Amino acid sequence: MVIPMAGSGTSHLRPSEKPLLTVENLTVEFPARRRKVVSAVSNLSFDLLPGETLGLVGESGCGKSSTGKAIIQLPPPTSGTVTLGNTELTALSGKELRQQRTRLQMIFQDPISSLNPRKNVFDIVEEPLRIWNLGDAEERDRRVTECLHAVGVDVDGARERKPHEFSGGQCQRISIARAVVTEPELIICDEPVSALDVLVQAQILNLLEEMKQRFGLTLVFVAHDLAVVKNISDRVAVMYLGKICEIGPSEAIFSNPAHPYTEALLNAIPVPDPSVQVDSSDHLRGDLPSPIDPPAGCRFHTRCERATDVCSRVEPQMAPVGNGHYVACHHPLITPVEISRSVGTTVTPTD
Amino acid sequence: MTSEETPVGTLPGTGALLDVRDLSTRFDSPRGAVRAVSNVSLSLERGQTLGIVGESGSGKSVLSRTIMGLLPRSTASVTGEIIFEGEDISGFSDDQYRQFWGTEMAMIFQDPMTALNPVMKIGKQITESLRRHMGMDRTTAHDTAVELLRSVRIPEPAKRFDVYPHQLSGGMRQRVVIAVALACGPRLLLADEPTTALDVTIQAQILDLLEDQQRERYMAMILVTHDLGVVAGRAHKIAVMYAGRIVESAPTRKLFADMKMPYTEALMSAIPRLDAPPHTKLSAIRGRPPQLVNPGPGCAFAPRCPYARDLCSEERPVLRPVEDDPDHLFACHYPVDSAESIEIKDHLRAEQMVAEAAGGGDSDGW
Ligand SMILES: Nc1ncnc2c1ncn2[C@@H]1O[C@H](COP(=O)(O)OP(=O)(O)OP(=O)(O)O)[C@@H](O)[C@H]1O
Ligand SMILES: Nc1ncnc2c1ncn2[C@@H]1O[C@H](COP(=O)(O)OP(=O)(O)O)[C@@H](O)[C@H]1O
Ligand code: SF4
Ligand code: SF4
Ligand SMILES: [Mg+2]
Ligand SMILES: [Mg+2]
Repeated sequence: MVIPMAGSGTSHLRPSEKPLLTVENLTVEFPARRRKVVSAVSNLSFDLLPGETLGLVGESGCGKSSTGKAIIQLPPPTSGTVTLGNTELTALSGKELRQQRTRLQMIFQDPISSLNPRKNVFDIVEEPLRIWNLGDAEERDRRVTECLHAVGVDVDGARERKPHEFSGGQCQRISIARAVVTEPELIICDEPVSALDVLVQAQILNLLEEMKQRFGLTLVFVAHDLAVVKNISDRVAVMYLGKICEIGPSEAIFSNPAHPYTEALLNAIPVPDPSVQVDSSDHLRGDLPSPIDPPAGCRFHTRCERATDVCSRVEPQMAPVGNGHYVACHHPLITPVEISRSVGTTVTPTD
Repeated sequence: MTSEETPVGTLPGTGALLDVRDLSTRFDSPRGAVRAVSNVSLSLERGQTLGIVGESGSGKSVLSRTIMGLLPRSTASVTGEIIFEGEDISGFSDDQYRQFWGTEMAMIFQDPMTALNPVMKIGKQITESLRRHMGMDRTTAHDTAVELLRSVRIPEPAKRFDVYPHQLSGGMRQRVVIAVALACGPRLLLADEPTTALDVTIQAQILDLLEDQQRERYMAMILVTHDLGVVAGRAHKIAVMYAGRIVESAPTRKLFADMKMPYTEALMSAIPRLDAPPHTKLSAIRGRPPQLVNPGPGCAFAPRCPYARDLCSEERPVLRPVEDDPDHLFACHYPVDSAESIEIKDHLRAEQMVAEAAGGGDSDGW
């Protein structure tokens, strides 16, 4: 008899590898009407090693932004822990938290509206330094100049012009400069390229890689497009309705997806090749169910073609399917492996 | 769906549904005339899809709005011809256009919220236009609207009839917008980035839906996007726009198999590929499209083009057909397969290899 557990487990965490960030059993709830709750994030766990980029991917409304905001404690999660280095952020007082805040920054999806429209761009980038009281005027000036230069924004122009005078791509560069200015260890990028066209998207993805090398950053990169996520991530976590359904090394997730939802996300990516036939029968049907009263058992069962009776009753637990590659599914696309054998084994599809 | 046997020229015995000839749109502005669209010609048959592709600011929306007659008459001036079913509609009055909208041509926009009335129930938004344009009575309009909602795959359409737009998800809203647009059976649907605001799974659903509806109704469609991936499997032919002009156009397969314009190549190679390993540096041309006030004499792409030579900034290349192929047009002095461009490409590749061997990824793409 399987006892349904509250979450899908934490077997995919890597405590022995000294993660920079560990998120454990993160739950974010919002009040809804008639005393119900929106369960935006449910018992989510993942970790990030220093210098790693984790891609967080899933449909709109699956809880990606709520996760990012809970990590920076704006607002703090309903329950669960967020550990940065040795510091457990959810346990801190307001003052202690403020001391930690320069170590964490966030970049938002809508580049133009996330910047203060009344200030010039130089001041916007300098602001975090002033808020946290870092450096004197001269040092701040030097640091802002360095960061603007690094992202390719003209420094003199930045002193004179306000955000609306810049294009969406330029505003995203400004957001990146503002995020790196306090020398953070971790940056959460919440769909930084979703509102941009393909050319600007390519520029920004390249820029993020470069900033990561230059400033020694660790990144959480949120997106809904798996092709974008694959390009930038070392490790990918696929989210569905507040939970992680698959996590693993980028390459493994793409060459050997184990979760039916991951496969559906892959099938949805438009292929820039007219000889590849678009097959609408591969496309996921329906919308994300409501996070108020989410489906029981596996939350994906209402849209999953492989669903059986057990899926609607029992929540699947994270199980290894390859080296560092875990899936929470009763009928995964590749066979689970014993943890002891997982290192170095090649995984073959079941059917 | 694209297929080899799709005729690209005019079908025997039928004229083109839409024939745009030498269309230009200018806006008055304090800085001078903004030449948003310049000398665009294109044609479209019934049942066909034309993809219009270009980055932000290349003039795709202004072109679509010009064809639809949706521009402010006070600041926009339009020259050229828009021949729809044999009749030039470019000189139509607002009243004449109003008769056209919905029944002959309809448009869907990127942001579904702007197209819907936020304080009107979605069912009513459809029945209104059915009653106005098709003269239906209340009951017939209601039943037709429910059927339409069903056909755009709104679950439980009779129940959803009475909800407001904000009660629906982004994907559902766009489906309602499509239902409104299709209500009066237009012959031409202009879809201006209908999926850019949506995530990939919903994008795939909406594009499937548009394709099914188009096939069922034998409707012509113009699909505007910045992503060549979106039109690759869905358009019969593609026109690439830059700085208000069509710079390359061809049947879809031909365009992908044999692209001539450096700009088309740049749009293509910026797309992250699923078959490339993580951390592959994307090829990203630098800069943004030019301001469209007082354009210089040369090729508008010259400041960003890796293959540009002196001639490019002196003389604007004319749109001309590929040898022996009147269907494939391009405007470039040194197309990507010319000896001059291949030489530069080899040179750039060698430089890149040297840079990579030296271990420092250089910062181009800014
Ligand atoms: N009403 C207007 N008055 C003046 N200039 C305008 C007006 N509308 C558009 N433009 C200009 O015309 C050019 C083309 O704009 P358009 O909106 O057609 O681009 P687009 O290709 O649709 O871009 P996007 O991908 O951002 O939608 C831009 O330079 C824009 O600033
Ligand atoms: N402040 C809030 N109040 C109520 N519900 C919210 C709030 N923020 C997010 N939600 C809900 O939580 C769920 C997850 O949202 P979000 O984290 O923004 O998803 P994503 O970023 O993946 O699109 C959604 O159903 C959303 O409507
Ligand atoms: S657990 Fe069942 S419903 Fe969930 S993804 Fe796996 S097969 Fe589908
Ligand atoms: S004409 Fe010259 S600048 Fe313009 S696209 Fe061709 S090679 Fe590039
Ligand atoms: Mg979000
Ligand atoms: Mg547009």
